[in-house]
Amino acid sequence: MDKILVGLKRAVDYNVRVRVRNDGSGVETDGVKMSINPFDEIALEEALRIKERGEASEVIVVSIGPAEAQQQLRTGLAMGADRAILVESSESIDPLDRARVFLELINREQPGLVILGKQAIDDDNNQTGQMLAAIWDRPQASFASKVELNGDSARVTREVDAGLETIEIDLPAVITTDLRLNEPRYVKLPDIMKAKKKPLDQVPLAEFKIERSPALEETFFEPPSARQKGVMVNDVAGLVSALKDKGLI
Amino acid sequence: MAKVLIIAEHDGTELNPSTAKCVTCAAQLPEADITIAVFSNSPGAVASQAATIESVNRVLAVADDSSEHALAATLAPQIVALMGDYDYAFGPSTTFGKDLMPRVAALAGVNQISDIMSVEGSHTFKRPVYAGNAIVTVKAPDGHPVVATVRTASWPAAGTGNSASVEEIANNAAVPSHTRFVELQSGKSDRPDLQTAARVVSGGRALGSSENFDIIYALADKLDAGVGASRAAVDAGYVPNDMQVGQTGKIIAPELYVAIGISGAIQHLTGIKDAGTIVAINKDEEAPIFDVADIGLVGDLFSIVPELTDAL
Ligand SMILES: Cc1cc2nc3c(=O)[nH]c(=O)nc-3n(C[C@H](O)[C@H](O)[C@H](O)COP(=O)(O)OP(=O)(O)OC[C@H]3O[C@@H](n4cnc5c(N)ncnc54)[C@H](O)[C@@H]3O)c2cc1C
Ligand SMILES: Nc1ncnc2c1ncn2[C@@H]1O[C@H](COP(=O)(O)O)[C@@H](O)[C@H]1O
Repeated sequence: MDKILVGLKRAVDYNVRVRVRNDGSGVETDGVKMSINPFDEIALEEALRIKERGEASEVIVVSIGPAEAQQQLRTGLAMGADRAILVESSESIDPLDRARVFLELINREQPGLVILGKQAIDDDNNQTGQMLAAIWDRPQASFASKVELNGDSARVTREVDAGLETIEIDLPAVITTDLRLNEPRYVKLPDIMKAKKKPLDQVPLAEFKIERSPALEETFFEPPSARQKGVMVNDVAGLVSALKDKGLI
Repeated sequence: MAKVLIIAEHDGTELNPSTAKCVTCAAQLPEADITIAVFSNSPGAVASQAATIESVNRVLAVADDSSEHALAATLAPQIVALMGDYDYAFGPSTTFGKDLMPRVAALAGVNQISDIMSVEGSHTFKRPVYAGNAIVTVKAPDGHPVVATVRTASWPAAGTGNSASVEEIANNAAVPSHTRFVELQSGKSDRPDLQTAARVVSGGRALGSSENFDIIYALADKLDAGVGASRAAVDAGYVPNDMQVGQTGKIIAPELYVAIGISGAIQHLTGIKDAGTIVAINKDEEAPIFDVADIGLVGDLFSIVPELTDAL
């Protein structure tokens, strides 16, 4: 295989306790730590391992987002990606339009495999990979926990509610990652220096001329209803009687 | 009228309870007219079960050899071929629906609404984002079909007792052969199913080994409970992946949830915020799980859990 395309979304770091803005216009992102979406780090790690096994020649990381997403792409380059593409857009676009951007990049780059995360931990949409596979008219293997390439097909084990499902897909295809696919490597300082010299193309979204899908409108954000703090009991007898009081046993 | 197509989830013989939850959600739409579509190589038995669900107007049984296993790539074109007559296509936010519905949405040229937790109007819904730390109201565009997944933990299953008509129809859509089912390794147990159990007992990293998880199973058996786990326990290999509860595992809403040796990371809490009563057992009194627990007990799980099992 020639190339693997990997999506890296810039998202609020998973350790941040997100707060909804008082006016309901969104969540507070000012001064909040941003990182690569965790599932996308796993996607990149998988692509790098495939390349290191000699089964691909180039790993390209792609982000659709603001100019600041260069940081996440640089981290991806430091992890070992060969080059990066930033599709620059200050506004966030809907998942189907993101899939259309990826499809345009596929037409330009002709990758043998596209690896995305199963979900972005900000919008929790869990859509983009499946949508891309649909409009590309290619197979999808979502929620992957094991990937084995065999020439022009792949065997992928998927984490599903009933257990572990294995499917065989023809390539090219889209794979989306689950948490147990691999453990991403740490970035070392010399690699950060090297990454500065790797190519990072910046393309304005407008240049893609994609047809925009009928937009979803996010009209209001609110915090979830909070759970009341409960009681503490001192021992098992106290626990049993508290459960009895609630009619649970 | 809101014409809704609900895609049945099933394993070839049994209808999954997630389908009746989608019906409850769809029935909230103004003037809902609800059709359940069963795709299978032999849909008969599942279609009859679907026909018993209250509020369902009709069931479509779509037989096709390619539907023996639920693969998004082969189901999506069949669904889109039916969708011309419908304003809505709903599936459950289980791994089945999450895999399938975005593929349907994209083929239909629309975005998907993921994880509907409430219906606010014909095109307006609420859904959780940021691991449930925010709830957003989303409006889908008028004049386009609405494709969505229904957050199963937010909706009770619709009752049964109905006898809707079952119509057998042939599939006319071309299905691709580029995606093939190989096998399903399922850790089927006799315990109540984690996603529908009224009671769930979960263990975390603190259990330390898969052998030690036996004390969790023993307690669960006493309570007739399903068994879950934190991601840390799954990653460490103590239990299989299908037991993970949380943002990226199963989102559940049992009447009773017992968290044992689980710290209460936001990604875990988002999976249990709809539980009726949360019990936490943890040796660290500062553990964040105690902020959401209705009943908390500080102490060593290795002495507390066997003692509790004996006391019940
Ligand atoms: C993208 C992403 C998605 C994630 N999705 C999920 C998810 O879906 N579900 C999930 O659970 N996590 C998820 N996580 C992981 C989550 O952040 C936590 O790391 C995880 O939940 C911690 O598991 P734990 O509570 O078992 O372990 P720990 O945090 O290590 O907690 C162990 C607890 O056990 C207590 N303890 C230790 N010994 C004893 C004893 N003898 N008796 C009593 N108590 C004891 C300790 O006080 C501690 O509170 C996700 C993380 C990321 C980044
Ligand atoms: N703006 C983006 N830039 C790069 N990749 C993205 C972007 N949005 C989504 N993706 C990819 O699609 C996956 C699923 O995202 P979502 O459908 O939004 O949950 C993510 O894990 C990324 O791999």
